[in-house]
Amino acid sequence: MDAFVLQMLNGLDKGGAYALIALGLTLIFGTLGVVNFAHGALFMLGAFCAVTIQKLLTLSKKVKDESITFFDAYKEIPYLETWFGDTGLVIIDYAVPISLLAAIPIMLIIGLIMERGLIRFFYNRSHAEQILVTFGLAIVLQELVKAIYGANPIPTPAPEVVAGSADLGILFGVPGTIVYPYWRLIYLFFSLAVIGGVFAFLQFTTFGMVVRAGMQDRETVGLLGIHVERRFTIVFGIAAVVAGLAGVMYTPILPPDYHIGMEFLVLSFVVVVVGGMGSLPGAVLAGFLLGILQSFASMNEVKSIIPGIDQIIIYLIAVIVLQVRPRGLLGRKGVMEG
Amino acid sequence: MAAAPTSAFGTSRRSDLIFLVLFAAAVLTAPLWASLIGAGYPDLLQKWAIYGLFAIGFNILFGLTGYLSFGHAAFLGVGSYTAVWSFKLLGMNVLPAVFFAMITAAVFALAIGYISLRRSGIYFSILTLAFAQMSYNLAYSVLTPITNGETGLTVLPSDPRILEQLAGVRDTVSTPTTSLFGLEMTGYPGFYFCAVVLIIGFFVAMKIARSPFGTMLKAIKSNQTRMNYTGFNTRPYTLAAFIISGMYAGLAGALLASTDPLAGAERMQWTASGEVVLMTILGGAGTLLGPVLGAAVIKYFENIFSAFNDQVLMEMFNWLPETLQEAAVAVAGLFVGEGWHLTLGVVFMLIVIFLPGGIMEGIRRVQKLFRRSDGASRTDTASESA
Amino acid sequence: MTVFDKGVSRRSLMKGGVALTAGLAAPHFFTKSAYAYLNEPTGGTVTLGFNVPQTGAYADEGADELRAYQLAVKHINGEGDGGMLNTFSSKALKGNGILGKKVEYVTGDTQTKSDAARASAKRMIEKDGVVMVTGGSSSGVAIAVQSLCQEAGIIFMAGLTHSNDTTGKDRRANGFRHFFNAYQSGAALAPVLEANYGKDRKAYHLTADYTWGWTQEESIADATEALGWQTVEKVRTPLGAGDFSQYITPVLNSGADVLILNHYGKDMVNSLTQAVQFGLRDKQVNGKDFAIVVPLYSRLMAQGAGENVKGIFGSTNWHWSLSDAGSQAFVKSFGAEYGFPPSQAAHTCYVQALLYADAAERAGTFAPCELGKALEGFEFDGMGNGPTLYRAEDHQCFKKVLVVKGKDNPSSQFDLLEVVQEVPREQVTYDANIPQFAGSLGSCNNGA
Repeated sequence: MDAFVLQMLNGLDKGGAYALIALGLTLIFGTLGVVNFAHGALFMLGAFCAVTIQKLLTLSKKVKDESITFFDAYKEIPYLETWFGDTGLVIIDYAVPISLLAAIPIMLIIGLIMERGLIRFFYNRSHAEQILVTFGLAIVLQELVKAIYGANPIPTPAPEVVAGSADLGILFGVPGTIVYPYWRLIYLFFSLAVIGGVFAFLQFTTFGMVVRAGMQDRETVGLLGIHVERRFTIVFGIAAVVAGLAGVMYTPILPPDYHIGMEFLVLSFVVVVVGGMGSLPGAVLAGFLLGILQSFASMNEVKSIIPGIDQIIIYLIAVIVLQVRPRGLLGRKGVMEG
Repeated sequence: MAAAPTSAFGTSRRSDLIFLVLFAAAVLTAPLWASLIGAGYPDLLQKWAIYGLFAIGFNILFGLTGYLSFGHAAFLGVGSYTAVWSFKLLGMNVLPAVFFAMITAAVFALAIGYISLRRSGIYFSILTLAFAQMSYNLAYSVLTPITNGETGLTVLPSDPRILEQLAGVRDTVSTPTTSLFGLEMTGYPGFYFCAVVLIIGFFVAMKIARSPFGTMLKAIKSNQTRMNYTGFNTRPYTLAAFIISGMYAGLAGALLASTDPLAGAERMQWTASGEVVLMTILGGAGTLLGPVLGAAVIKYFENIFSAFNDQVLMEMFNWLPETLQEAAVAVAGLFVGEGWHLTLGVVFMLIVIFLPGGIMEGIRRVQKLFRRSDGASRTDTASESA
Repeated sequence: MTVFDKGVSRRSLMKGGVALTAGLAAPHFFTKSAYAYLNEPTGGTVTLGFNVPQTGAYADEGADELRAYQLAVKHINGEGDGGMLNTFSSKALKGNGILGKKVEYVTGDTQTKSDAARASAKRMIEKDGVVMVTGGSSSGVAIAVQSLCQEAGIIFMAGLTHSNDTTGKDRRANGFRHFFNAYQSGAALAPVLEANYGKDRKAYHLTADYTWGWTQEESIADATEALGWQTVEKVRTPLGAGDFSQYITPVLNSGADVLILNHYGKDMVNSLTQAVQFGLRDKQVNGKDFAIVVPLYSRLMAQGAGENVKGIFGSTNWHWSLSDAGSQAFVKSFGAEYGFPPSQAAHTCYVQALLYADAAERAGTFAPCELGKALEGFEFDGMGNGPTLYRAEDHQCFKKVLVVKGKDNPSSQFDLLEVVQEVPREQVTYDANIPQFAGSLGSCNNGA
């Protein structure tokens, strides 16, 4: 029972991460018709927003460490600590939530630059070329990050107050058995909130209505005299923000390194395809489904029956789903089949 | 997509023959001219030939039919494993290894192709990716008894090698080396063996492209829906192309194992599949020569650019004043040595943005430029990529 | 065809033919030679090949290895302060290169992939004419390059490789390893774990699902079971899993009170970070404090895991805070050059380069077989690990192994680990042919 609940939570948590990235990919694909292989890189850039903010907050005065004699070693005392004392330390402790706020404008700008500077020239080119140019961009972005921050993961812990675990067992009357980290619970609620927010935005605003209409039939909306392109540029920005926020929020769970985006890229494409290209609900559904199945496949009980199943479960599900439902779970006909 | 190759393949037999002879000459003389650019050593030459072959095969699927496989490395890996097992069980001769590798790759391609080709577009790409990733993950971990996992499958003196046992020539002391009836497959002989196979592979690809079968594939690329509407079943054709292409990959894998008897799981990872896509596009998809050029460029980057360290750079820039020299080294260092991935990414973006037809389109443009300046009015009929 | 269709004449074809013949003839000039061994240096210089990961997950480790090699070359050539040459027990090296030849080097990127590493090593051997290849940051790569060097006929000095197999079942006559191995980790850790956690413990293993992970799991399980610990479960995790939550939650209620993470690199950073996040470090089970153990530690990884390493035991080959003269000389020299202390990867690489140079000097030749003999059974000191033996039977170094613990109050970003115990050499020495290691060196290969 407790094992089941815990794996369910793990699955939802993972699913939330997958769904967030897949959602952005689908937004871009559905509106702009662009297959964005640089989406993983946006996730990575988001994570490195957090790293950068943390570095800025911990900018330090270097004091020579006399205890180490054989090379110049320094003790680092952050300026914030020297200036504000304990308040400064609290600010540093909250680096990740602060980054969350900072990442919104930063990622929006990065998204807009990317769209205006590169992506828009590829609207009318083949999907293969879109994949290739964005893949090239992803490599360039990650190599630049590596040149600045190195290849080693960088620890970016969550604030002290949420560093521990919550005892969810109390809710079920079995205290102590279902313990789950606060940050992962926060991540789950955060991803649900962002997903809900994006859906509400598309559903209930005029802007969203136009975007949805554009996803259905771009030309007609254009004919109505609505400037679709500008709105789509903004959609790209929003997708970049969503990916970036997912990245920031993920840093306490997974210390980021320059390659983190590529690792999510393949997975998120599988998620998008399983959900059905161009379908937002499909992306979310597939994200959670794959996350949950992956968690359960890793249980020792399952692995003892089918060894190695946890290694391939995602891909296996993708193959099965695409055999049964040719366009993924909720995909439409004719999208990305050419 | 890169240029429709329609005009490319409608040329005469005579020019085909000249083209093939020139290609063969260029390949076989590679040890001479490659040393001018620091690439004249057996291993890189072998890699050029092998990955050229891999890319030619990939291009039969992607260039002709437009199906973008993201899992072709799986066949390369399967080919390598089969070849090494052939060395271990049968003997160190490369011919049975090559033969069995192609057969196994064909069987895998049949199975994977049969399922994947039921879908098209990105659905197809993801299916092939999924199969390749499953192969990689399993080969790295639970299939270790067959693949020797992380360490890779190698030949050992104690292997059975039945054929050699029967002939009474099995040496159980020293590590056996691959051979072609006694000719060792390392160093330059290995390269010439690969080169000959490459030329044959090139010839076969040329024949396929010129054949009615090839025309059919191109028709599928330009409009599959219409072909289906006319009541024509395209699946057998695409499947055949997929299998042929998989066999090329298996052959390339066997050659990798022949020149260096080790097969590792990384060969099947999605990045390896991505690499052959990059090679093909970089050179020019749909052209005959393009994929070979693309493969050569990428392998050159990987082996030569990555080896430029600060010491080498300092020597390169030592004609500059000291401060400038250091600055130049610092800037250049970003792009070579440990930064060679960055260069690759930049080059790749530039090519896709400005030269969608890859290197072949670049060559064609330069050619055009010269013709115009010559004042020649000859039209560009025989263009390789259109 | 158009590219070449102009100006094809008989003349150019003939030219091609001539070139072709020359090309076919060329190999015999290069491969079969009058030299006594492969790539025998004839001029005033000798070239070494440094094959390290420059891209991929271990790029930082590779960069540190490269720094160490460059420093070693300086010292061998008589530049700089000489570093460990001053403390090294063998005085054969005179600071004028090796055998009077100035040392030069070439570098290559292994990408932490066997194929790329072998391609890079082949380039060094075939094109750059190196007499020795050294480096590596993972066992798969080290084993692959070692067997390549054996076949080609040059010496391989392994860098960071911890798998038993490197000097166990995959040992080669031309390959030498200074770094310690999984078995030694187990042997060194066990008494410290006993002292800190007692004899009655239930261990749960999470293991990276590939060869190195398995050998370490086996070694650690053997060592802890000999103490009387129980092994509750051994769970294999996919390499590069990223999120380990689905493997960690089953630990919570499994009844285990020790978690052993047989992970390295990014996997270790992630699994440790997440295990701590799940509260495992502060948990109470069976009336005891829950403990996490990371059998193979490195400072770079500890940096990646940050605060989470506090109080967690593991083993390393070497640490910069050691106070013996050799370590101090090396740290001082490295710190002066680069501004920060060296990692254990840098240390082992530096030492390997020096040991190679010294062996060549003592053997009077670069020929692998003679040079190998000079290394076999070589007993030395002053290299940071106390008295050390290069054992002839399996080409493994035997020396002290460090048991370390994540420091509670680190004073700087480099000061993350504290040395708990320097486990003496006798305790980590084993017979060369115990089942985990049984293998054969084969015969050495001079390549010519």
